[in-house]
Amino acid sequence: MLPDQLTAGSFRGYPLEAGQLAIKNIELLQRLPLAFLPLLLRELIVYDWKFPTERAELGRQFTYLGSLAAGPFQAAMSAFAQLKLARELEQTDWVNSPAIFSERLTAHLWATHQIDTFRRAAVDYVQKVSASAPDPLLPTHRLGIAVIGQGVAKNDYRLFRKLGGQGVYFTQVKHAGGLQVLLDAVAARAAVHPVPYGHWYIDGGASLAVGEGVTRISYNALSGPRATLQNRMQKTYEAAVFDPEAFRTMLAQIKPEEAGLNSGGDAVLNRFQLSLLTEGSGTQVFSTTFVQWAAREVLRRAQPLTLFARFAPRQRENQMNELLAEHQRKPELDAQGSLIDADMGAYYTWLNQQRLPGEEKSSFLAWFEDHDEAVAIAPTLERGKRSDAPIELADLIARIA
Amino acid sequence: MRLADLKGRNPHEISQAISLSRRNFLRAVTGAGSAVALRGMAASKNRKAVVVTFGGGARDDETFMPDGQENIPHLLHDLMPQATFLTNVVNQGILGHYVATASIATGVYETFNNFAAVSPNNPTVFEYFRKGLKRPATDAWVVAPSNGFARIGESAHKLYGPGLGAGVILPKRLLSAALSSASDGARYQHLLRDNYETPLYAPSLAGRQIELDQMAAVLKLSVDDFASHARNLVSPDELSVYIAKQLMRQLSPSLLWITLHDIDIAHSGTFSLYIDGIKRSDRLCAELWQAIQKDPEYANKTTMFILPDFGRDSDIDSGGNGFQHHRTGDAVSRTTWMMVLGPDVKQNVVVDRRVESIDLIPTLGAYFGFDAPLSTGKPIAEVA
Repeated sequence: MLPDQLTAGSFRGYPLEAGQLAIKNIELLQRLPLAFLPLLLRELIVYDWKFPTERAELGRQFTYLGSLAAGPFQAAMSAFAQLKLARELEQTDWVNSPAIFSERLTAHLWATHQIDTFRRAAVDYVQKVSASAPDPLLPTHRLGIAVIGQGVAKNDYRLFRKLGGQGVYFTQVKHAGGLQVLLDAVAARAAVHPVPYGHWYIDGGASLAVGEGVTRISYNALSGPRATLQNRMQKTYEAAVFDPEAFRTMLAQIKPEEAGLNSGGDAVLNRFQLSLLTEGSGTQVFSTTFVQWAAREVLRRAQPLTLFARFAPRQRENQMNELLAEHQRKPELDAQGSLIDADMGAYYTWLNQQRLPGEEKSSFLAWFEDHDEAVAIAPTLERGKRSDAPIELADLIARIA
Repeated sequence: MRLADLKGRNPHEISQAISLSRRNFLRAVTGAGSAVALRGMAASKNRKAVVVTFGGGARDDETFMPDGQENIPHLLHDLMPQATFLTNVVNQGILGHYVATASIATGVYETFNNFAAVSPNNPTVFEYFRKGLKRPATDAWVVAPSNGFARIGESAHKLYGPGLGAGVILPKRLLSAALSSASDGARYQHLLRDNYETPLYAPSLAGRQIELDQMAAVLKLSVDDFASHARNLVSPDELSVYIAKQLMRQLSPSLLWITLHDIDIAHSGTFSLYIDGIKRSDRLCAELWQAIQKDPEYANKTTMFILPDFGRDSDIDSGGNGFQHHRTGDAVSRTTWMMVLGPDVKQNVVVDRRVESIDLIPTLGAYFGFDAPLSTGKPIAEVA
């Protein structure tokens, strides 16, 4: 099937809002090249479970593409249209399974040495879409907080080696009740700026209580869904014959309720949490990876005003069978290794925050939990400085929140 | 140079910048100079070569940049002063470990499915070596990290192929077989992880990989001794190097290819385990070089080539997730290095010019004196 053969009936299998949006834009969709359209549909088909910022972003793409006259439209799509695709790709059910098409397209582009051309075309497209409309004004600047090193009493690893150069490294942070101080700061921002999915708390262990208006996810709270997925993965792992494509398809098609995520709650959040476990690599078995990936995905997709990410000790490295059996036994933890993971995870969280609009005003705090060390980054703070002066954590967060 | 400085540059500029950055760092650490003369040595019948690839690229940030220096003390301080170092080795092919290693081994960018149990389409270096120099099967061996590499030893090419390739040893496969009759298999589980990139994928075995009963005969190593030694090892790569040393002692192959894989634990997203893998690879490379120097069959007639199969994604490319994967195809993930040591190789020298990872096979051809007619690479004159 080719794009110009699309009809309203093609989207019969789509969720309600996604189907409506597709039909509304069907004339546009029919004009898009095959190397591009399924990638757009991959976003569209999950429209019903997208965060508000993602919906707005998709809307911006439709507006941009719809505004182009014939010539500029052709120019915008020419790089995609010129890619040489295999005939099997046309025969894929790319309308209803755009993610599978996307995987096969990627493999085809690598194998035919067209991946670099595709990358350039994709980057160019994203830049043009971004330039087509101004970013919405933020009600306040963004704030990211990463708490690392839970359970580490003594540390010889040089922390904040990447983040330090971006802000001030504080060596005398007074931190009594530190976690609560930070959570209160998050809750206060959520109360003043009540934006749906605008304020997040991610915990690598069990989450603490936090004020209303803060979306909360944790590794421990997902232990049930993780166990369900781990069981499925374990069975696949032990099977005599394994088909990686079928396995990825199985993961992609699993529904939240099948994984034990309560569909009676927040459907958008359930879908998001499931995606962390089915699309992330290592998120099912390592809590440090879970927090880092969750923070990345929250920032990329929900574009929050506030993000609080607390890393916890992950299980020690083990053979895959043992890692997947985490829910059946109490795993041995690797606190020191987790601190090193989290130090890098904090840096990546800051990097991902800086990729969002308003980055010039954003601020960030990374704190070594229950220790005196922290790095604060903000437009008002000098870069690459060290401060040995005592400072209360509450004062520090107040300066940048 | 900082990675942030790379933003906005084209891939060629980035790979050049990476190269210069490596060069400056090496000069500061080791006082390395430039390659001022090209080599042109006559091929020798007695020469041997050991090739070590890292399946699971290590980025400069964690190796040759200042923060990474602590992770590679042996490469920097023990090996580099004896080596010619190529700073700008580009892999233009598919960035999956089996297909990339196969591409290096054939000198052609192979395009098969990375996760398929297939032979390379083009003749491998082992076939060129054995057919061209009329060498016996015992003279070329591969020690590979996972079941997916079972067919790396010989191609599907009609003019070469079956019977002309290298013996392939999959140490984890051997250990797994050895444990099937043992009662304490759990003690060895840490050595049996197969594939980090798709950890649940275990392709069916096909190829000329050596089986357990053959191991005892070929390596003169009993199953009990093998299992007993394995118990004291901490990682699959240590197991691979242990087997490689056994091969060197028992068969002294002229062409030995070892693919290390521990670094690829990075796919799990755990930075500390990735760093542990780099440190282990660094140590194992030095151990191999020491083993070469101590073995009369190898000392003073062996060249060792060390190269990652490719890099990993940069921190600045939003399409990736930094060190975790190698999916973006950005310049950082495609640009890597090669270290070459041997009696005929200039010492403490840095080569900046761009070469490709497929150039290794023609280089080995020039070194040994065989042709690699289907390879699309070119001999690296500075080390050939």
